[in-house]
Amino acid sequence: MLIPLGAVVWKSQSGGFANAWDQVTAPQPFAALKMTLAISALVALFNLVMGTLIAWVLVRDDFAGKAVVEFLIDLPFALPTVVAGFVLLSLYGPSTPVHVNIAFTRLAIALALLFVTLPFVVRTVEPVLIELDRDMESAAASLGARPLLIARRIVLPNIVPAMLTGTGLAFARAIGEFGSVSLLSGNLPFHTEVSAVNIYNQVQSDNTVGAAAQSTVLLMIAFLVLFGLDVLKRRSARRG
Amino acid sequence: MADVDAPIAVGSQRRTVTRYSLRFVVLGYLAVLLAVPVGVVFYRSFRHGLGPVWSSLTTADARSAIYVTLIVAVAAVVLNTIFGVGAALLLVRKQFPGRRLLDVLVDLPQAVSPIVAGLALVLVYGKFGFFGGWLQRHGIQLIFSLPGMVMATAFVSLPLVVRAVAPVLAESGDEQEQAARTLGASGWQTFRRITLPSIRDALAYGVVLSLARSLGEYGAVTVVSGHVLGKTLTVTLFIDDRLENFDTTAAYSASALLALLAMASLLVSRRLRSRTRSVA
Repeated sequence: MLIPLGAVVWKSQSGGFANAWDQVTAPQPFAALKMTLAISALVALFNLVMGTLIAWVLVRDDFAGKAVVEFLIDLPFALPTVVAGFVLLSLYGPSTPVHVNIAFTRLAIALALLFVTLPFVVRTVEPVLIELDRDMESAAASLGARPLLIARRIVLPNIVPAMLTGTGLAFARAIGEFGSVSLLSGNLPFHTEVSAVNIYNQVQSDNTVGAAAQSTVLLMIAFLVLFGLDVLKRRSARRG
Repeated sequence: MADVDAPIAVGSQRRTVTRYSLRFVVLGYLAVLLAVPVGVVFYRSFRHGLGPVWSSLTTADARSAIYVTLIVAVAAVVLNTIFGVGAALLLVRKQFPGRRLLDVLVDLPQAVSPIVAGLALVLVYGKFGFFGGWLQRHGIQLIFSLPGMVMATAFVSLPLVVRAVAPVLAESGDEQEQAARTLGASGWQTFRRITLPSIRDALAYGVVLSLARSLGEYGAVTVVSGHVLGKTLTVTLFIDDRLENFDTTAAYSASALLALLAMASLLVSRRLRSRTRSVA
């Protein structure tokens, strides 16, 4: 596992650092990279909000069919990414039954990424919410705190580490996503071509150095995110 | 739970409104993003009955794709089981320099783009890769053939086994293992009689997850497969291939098949997970 990943970094530097830098900052790969990072960040932030809300509703609310929703949440993890892309394409693509055709736009990329990263925040926040001691909230309420104040001062501080972890994982996943995006985005250079697709095309056209260089950038970002989360985990564990 | 909520009776009407609107937003979001799209695929696959689905999944190409997928997935899962348990044991039971680094690295395949994983394998084992020349001289071809696809699949799904097994190993401790060893059990005996039974459910959970992931892997496999119809095409690549040839019936059928498999594995894994939790 390490040798192959090391090989990617090594290959990217085989033409010297300057060459690798040129490969990454060439117009088309650079446009893809910038777009990927921007959309992934937006998607991760959206997940931060929606994922927390979903987790909250799943833990604190009760309604008929909750078990089905619980099941649905994990589906994006289990569903092959191509199938995920195809699923979205058939509802929001050219053959849409609801007259919403967003195929081959950046919105489609965001939609695909939202689909595949949905479970991350929900599944990291949910267990923390379950463990959360309700007595604190009751105490705050009996002292006259309004629900919004309780949410902000009592609940939020407790779940923030979990929220950040989920968001970071979702971001790392989003920047590398290929299968679902490639079906839905049309892969138009400079417009809807994401990094992973750009790398794939470079491999296909035998520019392995360029592909390796851009892969190295993605690898480094993913590693930094994971490392940051590890630090976060250790720090919050130490605090109790 | 009613007594816990009792002090919050003040403003309870507003709380009800908040509760319902939150529920509405969440369910609406999930419907638009998840439920309706998946429903549409199933509807379109099965709207003409099972006949067309069956015939489009039993063509020679489709059968071969299913066969290739099964071989690759099973081989990858076997590899993952062996090395996943090994890595988990290493992480939990041993102290060595770089353990924390390994801890982060184990998660990397899940964060790394599958495309990057595929590229990495091509760079090492491909024709012009590190070991490419040596392999070629010995007549071994890994890339663009089944072994390469197995490696790619195993690579991306390895963390699932490690992360399922490691916490249970940490929880169960090593006192029983030490006891067994003082009573004269060999390393293998200890593993088979003590360690394995204690991680059985967690291992099964990890195996199901990695099997599900292996059946559906696309990105990493697409780089190393070479796309030979009827030879190195897995079901996911087959879907892609059929879409490009505007054979939507086959694409819908294969997607429905994979989606059903995904749902089945999800159900099994949920059951296994609740079992591991109740034990721990």
